[in-house]
Amino acid sequence: MKIHTEAGERHVLAVTVDNEAGILAKITGLFSARGYNIESLTVADISADHALSRITIVTSGPPAVIDQIIAQLDRLVPVHSVTDLADGGAHVEREIALVKVAGSGDKRIEALRMADVFRAKVVDTTLSSFIFEITGTSDKVDRFIALMRECGLVEVGRTGVVAIARGSEAV
Amino acid sequence: MTEMSGADMVVQALVDLGVDTVFGYPGGAVLPIYDALFKHPTIKHILVRHEQAATHAAEGYARSTGKPGVVLVTSGPGATNAVTGITDALLDSIPMVVLTGQVPTTLIGTDAFQECDTVGITRHCTKHNYLVMDPDRLGPILHEAFYIATHGRPGPVVIDIPKNVQVATGTYSIPNRIDHKSYRPQVDPDADAIAQAVAMIAASERPIFYTGGGVINAGPDASAALRQLVELTGAPVTSTLMGLGAFPADDDKWLGMLGMHGTYEANMAMNRADLIIAVGARFDDRVTGRLDAFSPNSKKIHIDIDRSSINKIVPVDLAVVGDAGRALDALIAAWADKGHKARDLGEWWRRLDGWRATRCLDFPEKKEDAAEIMPQRAVKALFDATRGMDPIITTEVGQHQMWAAQHFHFDSPNRWLTSGGLGTMGYGFPAAVGAQIAHPDRLVICIAGEASLQMNIQEMGTVAQYRLPVKIFILNNQWMGMVRQWQELTYESRYSNSYSDSLPDFVKLADAYGWTGLRIDTLGELADGIQTMINTPGPVIVDCRVAQLANCFPMIPSGAAHTDMILQPNDIVGTMDDEAKALV
Ligand SMILES: Cc1ncc(C[n+]2csc(CCOP(=O)(O)OP(=O)(O)O)c2C)c(N)n1
Ligand SMILES: [Mg+2]
Repeated sequence: MKIHTEAGERHVLAVTVDNEAGILAKITGLFSARGYNIESLTVADISADHALSRITIVTSGPPAVIDQIIAQLDRLVPVHSVTDLADGGAHVEREIALVKVAGSGDKRIEALRMADVFRAKVVDTTLSSFIFEITGTSDKVDRFIALMRECGLVEVGRTGVVAIARGSEAV
Repeated sequence: MTEMSGADMVVQALVDLGVDTVFGYPGGAVLPIYDALFKHPTIKHILVRHEQAATHAAEGYARSTGKPGVVLVTSGPGATNAVTGITDALLDSIPMVVLTGQVPTTLIGTDAFQECDTVGITRHCTKHNYLVMDPDRLGPILHEAFYIATHGRPGPVVIDIPKNVQVATGTYSIPNRIDHKSYRPQVDPDADAIAQAVAMIAASERPIFYTGGGVINAGPDASAALRQLVELTGAPVTSTLMGLGAFPADDDKWLGMLGMHGTYEANMAMNRADLIIAVGARFDDRVTGRLDAFSPNSKKIHIDIDRSSINKIVPVDLAVVGDAGRALDALIAAWADKGHKARDLGEWWRRLDGWRATRCLDFPEKKEDAAEIMPQRAVKALFDATRGMDPIITTEVGQHQMWAAQHFHFDSPNRWLTSGGLGTMGYGFPAAVGAQIAHPDRLVICIAGEASLQMNIQEMGTVAQYRLPVKIFILNNQWMGMVRQWQELTYESRYSNSYSDSLPDFVKLADAYGWTGLRIDTLGELADGIQTMINTPGPVIVDCRVAQLANCFPMIPSGAAHTDMILQPNDIVGTMDDEAKALV
């Protein structure tokens, strides 16, 4: 017997929650308990009084599963709102990566040249290394990292996606 | 506002919330609360013999009264022992508040004596949980916890209270009105959805009401509304295991329970209907059978207070989010508003009656006095003997549970207490204890299997202590019958570990605990034995020996469709393919 899995599409969810102890465990636990995917998850406090946090979750699944994820998140007691950013039309997504590249000679020059093309900033340098800071969609960050692999990539740190809907309305 | 200890605040909050009964077990981390409860004038503490039993007793109390059940246990093992009952309450949507002691805040995280991460462990088996770090928060949190446990889809809430928070003093405050920041369940259904639903019902030629525990949770008025709507529309009714009692079983619109051990007529009707009106039911796998064959030609309306239940398993055509009672009221009002009359469903009823004619609950039996008792017969006899006494029936889990669901009939809600979602062996007896505490003068009977009963049999002590007249009626087949049945169906009768070996002598056990014990061996003794049980004051355990190898039918084997019911034992095939074996 084979176990079947269904293909799905990528969704970015913005979740506003009470900033209380254990909330992140509740959310990630919901995903693991119900077998949903998390591709990335970011969280930070967003209100002046530190009462609310915004969690951005990149997930994937068939439409019915995405609906379930939203409904399941929404019924957690400390969750205020859940928005599927893909649903509301256009949105902006950004991710930051710090990319360390080590090497010398041509590779070093090539790395710097490509960083320029990608508008990555040099935030630290030694005679034999750079740390680049790159901001953009996850795709762009992926592509940059792939190129850096050819130029002496030694370490990467990524934030995961934050996203917000275009236009004047709040979620 | 007076300064008081955290423990006093807990007790004060319970009083303010109208709590009269707490099921619990003491230990180091809750001693301050136990001291505050000492000789309390209004709150009665029921000392169980195992924390799991406290949770099931609280469920029995809740399910039979509609009020939240309250549990008090100590940290560490007290809390972990409660986890099964908490999960049971989550799956069956039972309102429950569990207070757990915790090590002092200064020791949290140090692997202190009897420390466990209670909020971590219960995070996914509660509707919500709290760790209280400041005594001033106790009042608001307790009030909020009861609100959350009882509003929207009910469920268990855990409040973990470190010992120093119980001892420290602070001010007790009550929120004026619980206006929760983020938890706002939608109780009133959308008017447009109701209008659409009514139009769909009025247009349907083959409608069926499929109702569940949500109707019971919505209170007796919801059951009354269901009856009224059924009367207005003339449609048949079936129900899940959890929904039994919401609609009277002696009504001619009643098709019986549906699903794996439901009736042939209920399952066929679901399959052939052109409209399913699901009310407070959640399309559980035990109900739907094979999903791609589930009611293929129907439109589906789903009324549920929990939006996440809608479209979770079966996609529906119309979602109505709201309280089952209010939605039913709204449907009745809209039906009258539109001036709808019940349609002629004669053709539909002719087909339903045709399915009924299979008499799927009939079973073969010998009639002479010396014959062995068929378990179905025992349940029927129990039902007949207690008619008019309005008994509360609890069950354990297994074949006996299904036979009870099939052959014991209910006319009103809150009389049928069973573990549906989690299927917890060990639920039934403590649930009977809870129900009996809530209804001291009612006849409360636990229909038990000999294996399940042993999971919480220590509660015989609790019953003796509080002089509760609980009756346990064991359908003793000397097997974990349900396991054996599946082994017959799936594993060519290789009976791996399903024999109930080394059973205690239940009559002697009764004696040991100061109960009355009696044994019924033959059909000829059945009626008298049941009468003796009913007429004997105090607790009684009946060891009713039944046919050992009887199986529970009808049955939809796992992976099969509603239309592929096994009606009789000789329809059984001895093996299954892996796809079917892999299903629960
Ligand atoms: C706590 C728990 N463990 C295991 C099971 C699996 N299980 C379901 S029914 C059953 C056998 C029950 O036997 P008994 O109580 O004698 O009831 P019978 O089926 O014989 O009527 C078992 C082991 C369960 N439901 N709950
Ligand atoms: Mg048995």
